[in-house]
Amino acid sequence: MHIRQIIAAPATRRIVASAGIVGLALTASACNRASSSDSGGGGGGEAAVGVTLITKDSTNPFFVAMQKGAKADAGKNNVKLTIASGKQEGDDQGQITAIEDAIARGDKGILITPMSTGVNAAIKKARDAGLYVIALDTPPDPADTVDITFATDNRAAGKLDGQWAAKTMAGKPAVIAMLDLFDDKIVSVDYNRDQGFLEGMGIDVADPKKNGDEAKTGTYSGGDYTIVCNEAGNGAEDGGRSAMEKCLAKNPGINLVYTINEPTAVGANAALEAAGKKATIVSVDGGCAGVASVKSGVIGATAQQYPLKMATLGMEAIAKIARGGEKPKPTEGLDFFDTGVALVTDKPVDGVESIDSTKGADLCWGN
Amino acid sequence: MSASSAPSAAAEFSRRRQTPLQQVQHQLHGRPWLSPLFLLLVAFLAFFISTPTFLTPSSMGILLQQTAVVAALGVGQTLIILTAGIDLSVGAVMVLSMMVMASLAQDGGMPGVLALVIGVIFATVAGLLNGLLVTRINLPPFIVTLGTLSIFTAIALLYSGGASIQASHLPRLLNVLGEGFGIGEFRLTWGIVVVVIIYAVMAFVLSQTAWGRYVYAVGDDAESARLSGVPSRRILLGVYTVAGLIYGIAAWILIGRAGAATPNAIPDANLASITAVVIGGTSLFGGRGRLIGTLIGALIVQTFAFGLSQLGVDQQWRVLATGVLVIIAVAIDQWIRKVKA
Repeated sequence: MHIRQIIAAPATRRIVASAGIVGLALTASACNRASSSDSGGGGGGEAAVGVTLITKDSTNPFFVAMQKGAKADAGKNNVKLTIASGKQEGDDQGQITAIEDAIARGDKGILITPMSTGVNAAIKKARDAGLYVIALDTPPDPADTVDITFATDNRAAGKLDGQWAAKTMAGKPAVIAMLDLFDDKIVSVDYNRDQGFLEGMGIDVADPKKNGDEAKTGTYSGGDYTIVCNEAGNGAEDGGRSAMEKCLAKNPGINLVYTINEPTAVGANAALEAAGKKATIVSVDGGCAGVASVKSGVIGATAQQYPLKMATLGMEAIAKIARGGEKPKPTEGLDFFDTGVALVTDKPVDGVESIDSTKGADLCWGN
Repeated sequence: MSASSAPSAAAEFSRRRQTPLQQVQHQLHGRPWLSPLFLLLVAFLAFFISTPTFLTPSSMGILLQQTAVVAALGVGQTLIILTAGIDLSVGAVMVLSMMVMASLAQDGGMPGVLALVIGVIFATVAGLLNGLLVTRINLPPFIVTLGTLSIFTAIALLYSGGASIQASHLPRLLNVLGEGFGIGEFRLTWGIVVVVIIYAVMAFVLSQTAWGRYVYAVGDDAESARLSGVPSRRILLGVYTVAGLIYGIAAWILIGRAGAATPNAIPDANLASITAVVIGGTSLFGGRGRLIGTLIGALIVQTFAFGLSQLGVDQQWRVLATGVLVIIAVAIDQWIRKVKA
């Protein structure tokens, strides 16, 4: 075997091994320091409760916001928080590894935005080991894979938009464009927001899990309505713009636009401006860019959701359980724990609770 | 010329032959896996001191389970790097093979054995294709596998339609390597056993057979190996094919471990396998290294990742640590290579 060493390698550069050894020592001591400061950082008397937050990735603004919020709040509940995620969308293995690490570490609970059904087995392993597992943002499939899900009530979010819009239209005929998320697949967030909006307007939605099956004309709580279109914008600016253009082609008299999220709303506004039209736009999400659009008047009202709160309320719940407290229960009438939603608008109406864009900017997520 | 210039460049340091440091250097030269082993022991010690959950039977079981797939891939990668090549298509071949196995069994309704065999054949053929491109068209392995990385990934996506398949819907045989056994809290999986077998077999082949010697010879200097009668091309073709076969077996291990066959599983498999090989002391210039080193290398990476995680350190730090480890490992390797023959 050693014959191969006879044919010597090309001249090697000078690298002193001691540099490597020093590096190693530094790495090792850095680890030690990390541990002592971490474990020593807990509050007086009570042991810190270990919680792991596992997101799908560490770059999506929604997850970044979640991680930031959780980190900032970990101290409050004397939680020793570990942050982990998949390397990218679809990286089941990354989440499985993180779950196993949490079990081995003796954490009391896991907060997870489950990647796919591929992590179900690992979640079960964690629950068998006595960890309390909370899904954030989206329930896993099946929902009882986890102990409970903390998420936004998207139907309630849509409803707030609808109620505000109905009051804002104040009896005028409403000519409505519905800019949905998809038209090639059915996802709950899509129909919950869409149907919630129409319910808020006081329009009969027929099948509450189906977009676009309601009567095209009729009466809403304030007067007559016409639904011009249900177009998919895929949740992005360009999609929102072309969807709105299609709707305007059908009926240039549109004066009320529902959008699935704020990028779609921005695109819809661009189409309206280009056509020289004005309409009231409502949306959902409450990201910081979206709130800024409310302030500038592009969006009339947006329903704000709280990814940070999902993480911090989840941590709080696990800390409570670990100290002998009660487990969280699903919000009444829902199969998940509602992390709340608030309507952000600078034109408040009677009977619909809302916050202004300044307050909304304090609470918003992302950049 | 290089053989004579190296010592003279270092002459000022190495005039006196037997300083303790030189003795160490000499030892390491003969056994390039000694320094990674030392690194591994230091890591164990550091984590043992700093966290109570690290050196427990259950943790050790988890650590081994987490290492299995990358360790298996590392065998194929080692073979290729020993021939002074590199394989960037490792992950793609594994995923392709996994998707073939899973969808044949689920959608094709094929018995587990057949799906498994066809999946492994797919991987083997993929390896053979890499080998053919390297030996027949004389393209650099980096370029070949960079290309096939995209090709195999695309085929896996086209074939599966991007959908993942739940392992629980698959025949037991495809899942069996994820099943466990063990004493008390120390749980191992059959996948780990398979990995150990792969290492034992391939280590024997590399060190005890003519084929193994040829692999080293080709990696050392393909041209002089050819001139001295080594069938270089055939050896290279064999190396890529065997590597493919091993990736196919890794796919089997992964299905059992993952709980689902996903087209974008283990996104960093290529780099992880190369990292394990490099930390394990195998030279990227070919011809020098041992499989045991790769096993230790894979364990080091996972030990740091797991240990830091047990300390509650965010995962970005483990990625950073891996980078530091790679540089340390190569630095030590370079130093060792300066030893006098």
